[in-house]
Amino acid sequence: MNIARIGILLLIVVAALVRSAVGGVLPEDRVDVLLHSFDGGGITIQGPSLLVRKQFAQKFSVSANYYIDKVQSASIDVITTASPYTEERKQWSVGLDYLHDRWMLNLGIIDSEEPDYSSKTFSFGISQDLFGDLTTVSLGYSLGNNEVRRRGDPTFKAPMQTQSYRLGISQILTKNLLMGFSYETISDEGFLNNPYRQVRYVDPSSPQGYSYEREVYPHTRTSDAASLRLRYYLPWRAAIYGEYRAYSDTWQIKGNTFEIGYTHPHKGWLFDGMLRLYDQPKGASFYSDLFPYSTSQNFMARHKELSQFTSQDIRLQASYDIIKGGWKFLDKGTLNIVYDHMLFDYQNFRDLRVTGMTPGTEPLYTFDADVVQVFVSFWF
Amino acid sequence: MRTKLESPSLGALGRGLIAAAMLCALGACHMEPWVKPYERDHLADPVMSFDRDPVSSVYTDHVHEVREGSRGATGSAGGGCGCN
Repeated sequence: MNIARIGILLLIVVAALVRSAVGGVLPEDRVDVLLHSFDGGGITIQGPSLLVRKQFAQKFSVSANYYIDKVQSASIDVITTASPYTEERKQWSVGLDYLHDRWMLNLGIIDSEEPDYSSKTFSFGISQDLFGDLTTVSLGYSLGNNEVRRRGDPTFKAPMQTQSYRLGISQILTKNLLMGFSYETISDEGFLNNPYRQVRYVDPSSPQGYSYEREVYPHTRTSDAASLRLRYYLPWRAAIYGEYRAYSDTWQIKGNTFEIGYTHPHKGWLFDGMLRLYDQPKGASFYSDLFPYSTSQNFMARHKELSQFTSQDIRLQASYDIIKGGWKFLDKGTLNIVYDHMLFDYQNFRDLRVTGMTPGTEPLYTFDADVVQVFVSFWF
Repeated sequence: MRTKLESPSLGALGRGLIAAAMLCALGACHMEPWVKPYERDHLADPVMSFDRDPVSSVYTDHVHEVREGSRGATGSAGGGCGCN
């Protein structure tokens, strides 16, 4: 167990023992119905998400979420080494918050099922308000037990376990400025690669100059991520916000995420614009677009998410207050649309749809994606 | 060729966590807030919420996570894969 995990467990114990003066606030009662759509890189994913949250007995709040992904995939990996497929992922989650004095406990369970992957995650968290409500410290732990399967091979079943340790600090800095800090370490153990994806290696005996073989990943991975976010209230009732996240892991991946945005209300509308930049200047140490020969390394990957790349995400969001002043048992209602346009530029992942070239000289792969969310929210 | 995996340096992080633990313990002490409760109306405005629409932010985090090597520190607990 590393020092970060010991530190977070220590914090959980300390937070549970400390007694202070100010109580927290349970989340609001609300229901959200969302339809989502992702279209890019030969993949379309659509589906609904329903989230309900309700307080009871003054000290408890229960939440439930049902989420579906309907996937149609003809991604670059799929069309170069396999056949297009469709599949569905269904996810249930339930959560319970308990407010006592000035600290809040939460428990959650997530169950996700798809034809070749099952996941059950248990999470526990505690948060506490400190320093006259200026600071909120939250700590969390999750344990996920997963099973990886492979279509067409009923004998293949591989376990994978994920543990996550989280620390969050929310801080009021001034009467117009909020700060949030998050740290999370995640540790995986088990079968971590995709059971279908393959690497390519130079093979002079092949007409195209290369052949494929299965990826081989390490059976452990530990990552650390820390993020800092700020939100500032502007004099004309609007807000500007920004975030930075740093990431590194034992596979030697490095990542930096930058985000800046602006929120502006106007009459019954709320508009939001955001720019997110992601830079992965270092991919996994065992990643290569083209290995020199078969089984040339003990670990081998050609998963583009583990390569060196950058992405940009431009977001526009509009929300409209559809229930002004309440209606029957509803206090408030909004209709929302969120549009994201994403661009991905890979620096060492090549587009193998282009044939007839010397292996390793194909053009670098790039794609863009449109992501749309339409949802209604009601508070009651 | 054998690929060597590296452990991240956590010395500074560990010190930060110890400092945070001390801060947490200090919460038991009485402290006069420098932003009074009656000065927090701007901070309570919906435009200042870090997570105004949880159903949307959980989905957005999932969209990013399955397409990037980075993960974590987003404020939401995920599950499942959906990443083949």
